[in-house]
Amino acid sequence: MRRFLLTTAALLAVATAAQAQTLRIALRQDTDVLDPTLTRTYVGRIVFAGLCDKLFDINDKLEIVPQLATSYEWADPKTLVLHLRQGVTFHNGELLDATAVKYSLERHMTLQGSFRRAELSSVDRVEIIDPMTVRLVLKAPSSPLLAQLSDRAGMILPPKATEAAGKDFGQRPICSGPFMFSERVAQDRIVLTRFPGYWDAAKIHFDKVIYQPMTDPAVTVANLRTGSIDLAEYILPTDVATVKGDAKLRIVSSPGLGYLGITFNLANGERAKSPIGQNALLRQAFEAAIDRKALIDVVFNGMFTPTAQGVSPASPYYVPELPPPGRDLARAKALIAQSGIKTPITVTINVPNQPDQAQLAEVMQAMVKEAGFDLKINLIEFASSLTAAAQGNFEAYQIGWSGRSDPDGNLYAFMHTGAGQNDGHYSNPAVDEALDQARQTSDIAERRALYAQLWQQERKDLPLLYLYAPVNIVGHSAKLTGFRPVPDGLIRLQGLEMGK
Amino acid sequence: MKSNIAGRIAQIVPTMLLVSVLVFCLQQLMPGDPALVLAGEERGDPRVLAQIRAELWLDQPLIAQYFHWIGRVLHGDLGFSWHIRQPVVALVMQKLPVTLQLGGMAFVIAVLIGVPTGIVAAVYRNRFWDYVANAVGLAGLSTPNFWLGIMMILLFSVNLGWLPPSGFVPLSEDWHQSLATTIMPAFVLGNAIAAVLMRHTRSAMLSALDQDYIRTARAKGLSNWHVLTRHALRNALMPVVTLGALELGALLSGAVLTEQVFSIPGFGKMTVDAVFNRDFPVVQGVVLVTAFLFVMLNLAADLLYVVINPRLRRS
Amino acid sequence: MSARHPAILVARRFLRRPIAVMGLAVILLFVLGAIFAPLVAPYDPIATSWSAIRKAPSMAHWMGTDENGRDVFSRVIYGARASMLAGVISVLIAGGIGVPVGVLAGFAGGWTDALLSRLTDAILACPFLILAIALAAFLGPNLTNAMIAIGVSTAPRFMRVARAATLEVAALDFIDAARTVGTTPFKVAVRHILPNIVPPVLVQGTLAIAAAIIAEASLSFLGLGQQPPDPSWGSMLNAAHRFLSQAPWLAIFPGLAIFLCVLSFNLVGDGLRDALDPRGQ
Repeated sequence: MRRFLLTTAALLAVATAAQAQTLRIALRQDTDVLDPTLTRTYVGRIVFAGLCDKLFDINDKLEIVPQLATSYEWADPKTLVLHLRQGVTFHNGELLDATAVKYSLERHMTLQGSFRRAELSSVDRVEIIDPMTVRLVLKAPSSPLLAQLSDRAGMILPPKATEAAGKDFGQRPICSGPFMFSERVAQDRIVLTRFPGYWDAAKIHFDKVIYQPMTDPAVTVANLRTGSIDLAEYILPTDVATVKGDAKLRIVSSPGLGYLGITFNLANGERAKSPIGQNALLRQAFEAAIDRKALIDVVFNGMFTPTAQGVSPASPYYVPELPPPGRDLARAKALIAQSGIKTPITVTINVPNQPDQAQLAEVMQAMVKEAGFDLKINLIEFASSLTAAAQGNFEAYQIGWSGRSDPDGNLYAFMHTGAGQNDGHYSNPAVDEALDQARQTSDIAERRALYAQLWQQERKDLPLLYLYAPVNIVGHSAKLTGFRPVPDGLIRLQGLEMGK
Repeated sequence: MKSNIAGRIAQIVPTMLLVSVLVFCLQQLMPGDPALVLAGEERGDPRVLAQIRAELWLDQPLIAQYFHWIGRVLHGDLGFSWHIRQPVVALVMQKLPVTLQLGGMAFVIAVLIGVPTGIVAAVYRNRFWDYVANAVGLAGLSTPNFWLGIMMILLFSVNLGWLPPSGFVPLSEDWHQSLATTIMPAFVLGNAIAAVLMRHTRSAMLSALDQDYIRTARAKGLSNWHVLTRHALRNALMPVVTLGALELGALLSGAVLTEQVFSIPGFGKMTVDAVFNRDFPVVQGVVLVTAFLFVMLNLAADLLYVVINPRLRRS
Repeated sequence: MSARHPAILVARRFLRRPIAVMGLAVILLFVLGAIFAPLVAPYDPIATSWSAIRKAPSMAHWMGTDENGRDVFSRVIYGARASMLAGVISVLIAGGIGVPVGVLAGFAGGWTDALLSRLTDAILACPFLILAIALAAFLGPNLTNAMIAIGVSTAPRFMRVARAATLEVAALDFIDAARTVGTTPFKVAVRHILPNIVPPVLVQGTLAIAAAIIAEASLSFLGLGQQPPDPSWGSMLNAAHRFLSQAPWLAIFPGLAIFLCVLSFNLVGDGLRDALDPRGQ
């Protein structure tokens, strides 16, 4: 009998092993620390989509939908009440309740080195109303807050385990998402296993998810074609034709939330004292010399969208009355003449050391040369480009932003006086005013009007010259079903299923 | 001879000490303040910066910083990766087996190519096959590792589809897959070393063939093959063995770009990523560990040389 | 200079080796190409053409065009400038540091020698490329810094060669004679030792140029060398990597150029060594 049992158990084990399904996802680079409070990379957010649930999520229309919070209401413009989902447990068995929410939000707001601090800057304090209800008391009304709570700032951690782990939390993160942390081999893989106690378990069809950083796009495509990976979150536009040509693969491209632009140093230290930093006419001339469409055609096979504003064309806050201007060399030359500065005008641009970004800069270099700009390209590694920007060690900086669902997340930190990522130290009262007011109202039309005002001023000053809005291009095996692209580009594992 | 060995071992201490000073000084070259990197959004807050500097001993004089750091290193603590907040020692232990497997395979390939061609070159000295072997060896030395890697990916993965273009599977997990993923990078790495081995085998064989006892053996009428394998080869292999240990150090250097091209998560890739992420403790740790390995291999080579060369032992 | 002058003998022995002479010829070809690039190259190496992006090799473009429609052949020719410059200058830096230090160590002996030798051991113990990458990245990525990084990382090799040669020469009788006559150590070093260590340093230098060219290409491949739009073989390979399946010629030709150039320096270095040391024959 005992022997029989053993055999059955063995058989069962074999059967489950056969059914055990693994999803392999290629990431464009390795993530940083897996701690929702400390992380700052875009790819980190993709891994967190499997690991950590948030108070809210966003859908493909950028609407806020419930996740750990089932509903919310504004008691007044400065008081947000959240009702939490019943019966949610963390991977370690701790129960998700108001205490955990209060603990997590406070950790995000206070932990040393936190990257969530600015995102939650509007929150004054978090109060527990009852075990399943919390109240967020704000310093000022904040329309972007819900969007922040649908991202890393809204990830809830188990208080006991987090407190015990302290700064080591990122080595073995514990959350309440559909998958649990299993192992991480830096530069190689992050393995998550199914969390049996997940509150929405019916939507999960894999036992294991393996995230593999692949820094070489050619390698990503090759692995996709051989079936060593099932989904690549990022396919280069120049590789799309190859993937499309393979009957076993699918390409899903959808509008994203990000942008790429050039930040000019207007007032951050000595290097702000360049002709282009001191003269808005030159910045306008620089823009007029650029042919955005040709730029995108050459570098990105025409797949991205030209833009002149920092809000995604997919967003309801995009201002359609403000299309990106075409190239106008005569105007560029006229503007330079008007500025009275002699050509060639040297502009040094910091460019992160990535092949497509370098190529973009080279194409731009050739374009603006015709107007009289001598664009010097300074290729530096991404990490040091960020440091250089913060320290004001740049004249112009070619840098992208992955984008947030609320427009405030794309604008405030980059444009408001004294804000965290306003590396060029741009400061204009009209822009500040528009940004501040847009935070205080939740009415879409009203906010869009405020942003339209902002663009009016921004287009004159051009502290940040927007070039294009990238498109999220995901490649996956044709057998994989249930993939729904969301503009934020994160790969949600709910609903994904491997067909026969 | 014993005192000689003791002397060699004694040299290691000052060498490693100087390595540690060098590695420590690398940080001073790095532009920017590490505290700024670590402070994140709070980099404008002087209190936070001061706190981080105090934690990292950055507010101390350089000498104190060095002794604090080296003290922890001697206790087996290489600090934390700034980028992913994992202990550097754990990262090193994770990556070392990968690079060692790759290096081991590369070395086997190098011996399989280098030694036979070296013998052929010596036997056919200054004749056609010698020139061919020399040309092949020089070509191997002159090919940039990473380019050879790219070309092999182009041929065997992109065009023929025989081998996976990248990635790594440990031997313990699936030896078949493991060999498939490592054969190309191992060949790329081994190829350059094969050239060095070939040259040394050739010259060692030549001098061995010149020795009196070989002439005697030949005069006694022993077959050419017998003389070659029994007498000449054994003597010729001695410098090859010791050289092999030294070349393992070169392997670590060569692995940097090879791992980059083939996306192999080993030592080399970790280092490049760490340099690019300004993840300073990882850079320090990697250089320190590889330098230590190199010094140890050097010592092992010296000892091995004494062990297999009885004449040296007696002198 | 009589026909018995050692330099002439060496030159004669060198010229008797056809393969080494071929290497020298190829190097000369590259050098001339680098100097007279504007005359040789059919196109402007940085002139972009949006209508001719990633075109395969043809009669108009022998090596095809790159991702910005630039002529690859012209870029390979101009790329020789970066590679040759990097090869020669970084070796000059390495020799400039390594040789005096090596002579000093060999000549002074004692503690000075011990300290300098351990320092050399220490630098040699750090993997060459890792050291160069870290130096280049921390100094800031451009061609000059890449050359400095390679030069500094290569210096210990020269130190070792110079030290060994100095020890060998210093043991010779005429040095003792010069010393007893009362010549200052500095004069002895300059007059007697330096000329005698030239041969091994020359061989080392030629081989080191070959290694430095590969190192420059490696750094540029990682984006730590030549800055765009000026071409270098390594940075061309860096850009080509992305288009391996669509445009393989972008990766093939710069790599071939590196290979040929490095091979030639290795051939010349080997030839020089054999010519300088007839015993090795």
